[in-house]
Amino acid sequence: MARAGNRRWGAMLGHWSVIVAFSVVLAFPFYWMLITTFKQTSDLYDITNNPFIFNARPTLEHLRLLFGETLYLRWVGNTALAGALVVFITLLLALPAAYALARLTGNWGQRLGIAIFLTYLVPPTLLFIPLSRVISLLGLQDTIWSVVVVYPSFTIPFSTWLLMGFFKSIPKELEDAAMVDGLTRFGAFVKLVIPISVSGILTVVIFAFTLVTQEFVYALTFIAPEAHQMVGVGVPTFLVRGDVYYWGSLMAACLITSLPIALVYNLFLDRFIAGFTVGAVK
Amino acid sequence: MKPAEHNVERCGGASATPPSPRERPRVARRPGGRWLGAAMFLPAILYVVAIIGVPFLMAFLYAVGDVRVGSVGYHFVGLENFRSVLHSPAFRRSLFNSVIFTVGSQVLVIVGAFTLALALRDKFRGRGVVRFLVMLPWVAPVSLGAIGWKWILDSLYSVINWLLVAMHLFRQFDAPQWLGEPKLAMMSVILVHTWHVLPFSTVILLAGLTAIPRDIPEAAAVDGAGFWRTLVHITIPMMRPILNVALLFGIIFTFTDMTVVYILTRGGPYDSTQVVPSLAFFTGILGGDLAEGAAISLFLVPILVIVAYLMLRVAHRAEVT
Repeated sequence: MARAGNRRWGAMLGHWSVIVAFSVVLAFPFYWMLITTFKQTSDLYDITNNPFIFNARPTLEHLRLLFGETLYLRWVGNTALAGALVVFITLLLALPAAYALARLTGNWGQRLGIAIFLTYLVPPTLLFIPLSRVISLLGLQDTIWSVVVVYPSFTIPFSTWLLMGFFKSIPKELEDAAMVDGLTRFGAFVKLVIPISVSGILTVVIFAFTLVTQEFVYALTFIAPEAHQMVGVGVPTFLVRGDVYYWGSLMAACLITSLPIALVYNLFLDRFIAGFTVGAVK
Repeated sequence: MKPAEHNVERCGGASATPPSPRERPRVARRPGGRWLGAAMFLPAILYVVAIIGVPFLMAFLYAVGDVRVGSVGYHFVGLENFRSVLHSPAFRRSLFNSVIFTVGSQVLVIVGAFTLALALRDKFRGRGVVRFLVMLPWVAPVSLGAIGWKWILDSLYSVINWLLVAMHLFRQFDAPQWLGEPKLAMMSVILVHTWHVLPFSTVILLAGLTAIPRDIPEAAAVDGAGFWRTLVHITIPMMRPILNVALLFGIIFTFTDMTVVYILTRGGPYDSTQVVPSLAFFTGILGGDLAEGAAISLFLVPILVIVAYLMLRVAHRAEVT
């Protein structure tokens, strides 16, 4: 009995040490952003100070600088606007495409679905050189319209794939009954299928929006002026002057931007992951 | 896992088997169905082809031509760009670095993610909080997480170095320059990228773990198999397909990414952390040599093709069984 008890304690100890170790390492940078945000500059730049504690009074100076003297809020606004537009374009195109794949293309549906999903894997770093030419030919360079046009190329494939799964889970009989009652197939899609798929649509909205906030390479390539930046590029680029990093404001911006995105994304995580497992999990 | 997505595969599986006579012909009999299907499907396809397919072809055209920013006209130069790229030491270096970067971080990611997924499998108090904390590196914008690390690894005010000095492992001005020395810089970008991708692989593996029926490992435990034996002989073999999926996505997200490298080191010091995508960026976008930049980024294609092929095999197997 004593041995079994020891073993159980050992297992529990192992379990918790794994959990604590991973939590500390993975979340540490965010804790560090938090503590840096409220430290006085002189405290930050004194290497004799213990960096884990406040050696001087906490300050709101970095936040004042960030909100008052940088274009941070402008970048957040740009990102939110671009995100909303990308979500709109994505829904407009992915909803009908996913429905068609789920219901109307017969045996081809699944294969076409996987094909369109695979285009999600084409990385920005493969296309950014020709795309930068296309964007400047279209006259969209240095505006948020450049990313609004380009981002749906990766939000549509994944959203179509996710929505296809949702639509397939709706019993066919519902639409059949609606069509017997006089609706056309498209009418049934608009008036019946879309309203009952709200949770799926919401998932896609969150997913597309967070992808917009996380993208870095295209935004870095297409947009140069400070005022038109997306937040993911603006913060690491323009809160640095020459070689001087405004670490307090930088960390504040990172934390304030990351946390809301992380909170929302976390709520929908399981659904995104279900899309990624490509049927390898049943 | 939500039941909705499970149905993706179940329906897929159904379509792979011969259609049941009761259900199938209904769609086929309705003549308008196909046309409506095409009309609803085409706009999305056209959009994606316009933004992905066209630039993809342009990349090939650029790579066999002599286009530079501001240049007019186009001359076909054949494989000249590829030849000069292959002969350039900077490119060879970056290709080598990309392989080290990808293999190094993926080994760490798979081992770490599997360990973490095992620890998160069973319910315990506070699991929701732990999951939120460990997911942060993936869900927060990667450029911002990386800049956080740049501060942690700072040459003067690095908190890690402060700890090392406090533990008397290093002297004050002798502490490691995490981003300033070639080997350490490579190690740093690998670790930071691992930090970013690990949560993603963890949740994928977690989805696989929770799908293993509980009674199988329990039966093994009753038969006297310990933790390690159950792991090696039951859990890991049953996880094979999902481990493949996590690895394939991980490879794509690593081999084609330049964000961590760009933020932390800009490829330096002395190109020691330059990877293929970042070299393409510096050559094609900042350097303005579109042709050579395109040729460099096209070296990503073989990896993508191989991964896409393997992914299809995983998907296909899941469909058949």
